Amino acid sequence: MPIAKVNGVEVEFEPGMTVLQVAELAGEEIPRFCYHERLSIAGNCRMCLVEVKPGPPKPQASCALPAADKQEIFTNTPMVKKAREGVMEFLLINHPLDCPICDQGGECDLQDQAMGYGRDDSRYAENKRAVEEKFMGPLIKTVMTRCIQCTRCVRFITEVAGQSEIGLISRGEDVEITTYLEQAVTSELSGNVIDLCPVGALTSKPYAFNARPWELKKTESVDVMDALGSAIRIDARGAEVMRVLPRINDEVNEEWISDKTRYACDGLMRQRLDRPYVREDGKLRPASWAEALSAVAAKIKATAPDRIGVVAGDLQDAESMKAALDLFSGLGVKSLDCRQDGARIGEGPRESWLFNTTVMGLDEADALLLIGTNPRLEAAVLNARIRKNWLGRDLKVGLIGERAELTYDYDYLGAGPASLAELIKAKKGFAAVLREAKKPAIIIGAGALARDDGAAVLALAAQAAKTFGVVAEGWNGFNVLHGAASRVGGLDLGFIPKDGGLDAKAMTAKGAVDLLVLLGADELDLSATDAFVVYLGTHGDAGAHRADVILPGAAYTEKDGLYVNTEGRVQMGERAVFPKGEAREDWAILRALSERVGTKLPYDTLGQLRAKLFEDHPTFGQIDHAPGSTPAALDLAAVGAGGEVSDTAFASPVKDFYFTNPIARASVTMADCSASLAAARASRIAAE
Amino acid sequence: MSVRRLAKEQPASFTFSEATLEKARWWIAKYPPGRQQSAVIPILWLVQKQEGWVSEPALRAIAELLSMPVIRVLEVATFYTMFQLEPVGTTALIQVCGTTPCMLRGAGELMKVCKDKIGPKNHPSADGKFSWEEVECLGACCNAPMAQINDYYYEDLTAESLAKIIDDFAAGEAPKPGSYAGRHSSEPAGGAQTLTDPALYDGSAGKPIKSLPNAPKPEEAPAG
Repeated sequence: MPIAKVNGVEVEFEPGMTVLQVAELAGEEIPRFCYHERLSIAGNCRMCLVEVKPGPPKPQASCALPAADKQEIFTNTPMVKKAREGVMEFLLINHPLDCPICDQGGECDLQDQAMGYGRDDSRYAENKRAVEEKFMGPLIKTVMTRCIQCTRCVRFITEVAGQSEIGLISRGEDVEITTYLEQAVTSELSGNVIDLCPVGALTSKPYAFNARPWELKKTESVDVMDALGSAIRIDARGAEVMRVLPRINDEVNEEWISDKTRYACDGLMRQRLDRPYVREDGKLRPASWAEALSAVAAKIKATAPDRIGVVAGDLQDAESMKAALDLFSGLGVKSLDCRQDGARIGEGPRESWLFNTTVMGLDEADALLLIGTNPRLEAAVLNARIRKNWLGRDLKVGLIGERAELTYDYDYLGAGPASLAELIKAKKGFAAVLREAKKPAIIIGAGALARDDGAAVLALAAQAAKTFGVVAEGWNGFNVLHGAASRVGGLDLGFIPKDGGLDAKAMTAKGAVDLLVLLGADELDLSATDAFVVYLGTHGDAGAHRADVILPGAAYTEKDGLYVNTEGRVQMGERAVFPKGEAREDWAILRALSERVGTKLPYDTLGQLRAKLFEDHPTFGQIDHAPGSTPAALDLAAVGAGGEVSDTAFASPVKDFYFTNPIARASVTMADCSASLAAARASRIAAE
Repeated sequence: MSVRRLAKEQPASFTFSEATLEKARWWIAKYPPGRQQSAVIPILWLVQKQEGWVSEPALRAIAELLSMPVIRVLEVATFYTMFQLEPVGTTALIQVCGTTPCMLRGAGELMKVCKDKIGPKNHPSADGKFSWEEVECLGACCNAPMAQINDYYYEDLTAESLAKIIDDFAAGEAPKPGSYAGRHSSEPAGGAQTLTDPALYDGSAGKPIKSLPNAPKPEEAPAG
């Protein structure tokens, strides 16, 4: 490997690295604004100037300069210091001195680097330039006078989000960042430009003037808005979650999160269930915990186990599902279901419901077949990852299902299962691409499984996997992309109907059960059921409206909980704030209920519950581990079930990206986004 | 230069004329498949030639023709000041050079003529037939002061000659481009001062050469 000297210290580096990367390898800090590890190199801020020998006797932009063998790099010479001061002085010529009223204050790259590398005063006495504000939609607030034209936002939207909505217009002193005719940015990942912006030009609109970074308590946790389980940091002040930011996790979300993850947090303060309710004479009235729990316990005792149904919702943590499972299975209840969307999955080997390549492993795939899924809406960050692979490695993508506006080109192969069956038989076209691929992968969406013939579709997909050699030694390209954060956890627990128990859809039919317990399940159609409904959850959504007893639970930011993402990766969410009002953590409510029912659950603390969980289901003990391609190859014959496949077209379960769960539906920001997107679509149709 | 914005009033639609489209296809064909957006600058020129200026619907039409995001077309159109984002005079667009050599030789006079005859700069005249603007150096300093009117350079102008040219355009004539001081191209006023010896041109100064410069030497010549 080539060797360079950084400030006299020898460093070995990989060929192709830039001078900036080599300097960082040697532990030297290089200030920068435009350079970003995950974006293309622009080289336009000039902050990263260093001295390089051999080379011309002038400072060089280290971000865009390839490092060479035997090169000497200096980052602490008088020339470098002077160059940095000069660049900083130029950057500050037109930058307003409004730090005290700027939302970026305290976490601003320009502020920090001006302190670290700038001069102590300004020699500039002319007028500063001012730039008109630009509208960028309901999420991004702009103060364009602060912009230093690093173009990170332009590169992110173009390269990662794949939307090409933001651009840099005009030139020289007049350049401006804008969207075309100031239309709203429609990308699901648009919020990330706020994190990328090194100054306060693009800031968060919903969070504007709400808090200062040093006032916030930061909690590292896991996102539950989709099944990807992105790494997030929850910033809270007092009892309120002020904002959600991404954490870097290369194995899952790199450093991006979707707008829903970032902005649905205002839904945590609205429509909340903060005390128990009991329905009396058709109306819900506030009740005490003792009253509510007694009412539920009495109902449980009075109902035969085969007339009780339990449904776990999309945002449940594994512990609460485990407690519910222990409580109700102990009573002999067989109608348990964690698949409120009606997905026919969960029988057979564990690999049959996991994203087996893992998200990171998908980067190695060279051909990808999407079945009944729109990753852009179901897992926006994963979609960006597919795009990265498509851009960088020319990934071939085929799609069976709804024609979606994805951010990469794909071969459209048909709408329903019949097209999949045809593809299996085909020899040419995309079938040939899959056959020739070294590492082919299949992603089956929740929409393809949430139908009456879901198990047969899964079997058909497994057959396709077999035909195209998707599962081979050291490579398992058979992936299920779930739509809900709780789904894999529930399936791993075996939270599915046993011995002739009813599934979620059957439970909600008229007269099917006498007691229906909903653990945050809000996506069910409850119009037909005449059962006594107990709702344990966080928001006054569909479940709570129909409920006879409401037990207020804790949202994902209010409890320690384990979530298993679509890869089977167990991740630990942490409590950032306390549950609202009288609400309690879900497992504790179930534990209290069990005592009243007379079958006390054998754990008094979350630690004991987790110990029991790890004992009964060892996979949950492997925190942050994704099984990925296990040596024991998946037996594809055991995946799914036979049966007739209807020819109904696949439909994505996500109708509106911004409204997929009770938290998002309670969020005003999400409602604004949805309306803004609808308006953008309407104007585009009008223009065409 | 100032902040460049799209015109406030825009036409409802834009369509490529047959001729423009044909030329556009010729440009697109010069680039490899998938790289058609490289033709964006020539096509912006063609559109400007067709309409006189580049309108917002035209930007969208170009983006569609080249399968590229419309923001990228806007970036290019706002970057280059030669692309007119506001309507210009239908008969003549007068671009007076205002950079140092022309300024020293009387560009101010020319601008005054334009202002008197047409109106304020960057705005079409009342009848919409004329408009004028000040531009940076057009590279004809030896014929200063000068102006570009539509596609041609009008050089060595005076206030009187420019006024005459504008009047001629208004009368529907096409004034002759080039120098208005009576000299040929950019040769010195009063005719050539050097290289006047006729012997330079009758071939007598030439001497035969023995070999071509940089020709391979005989021993280096490939065998056979």
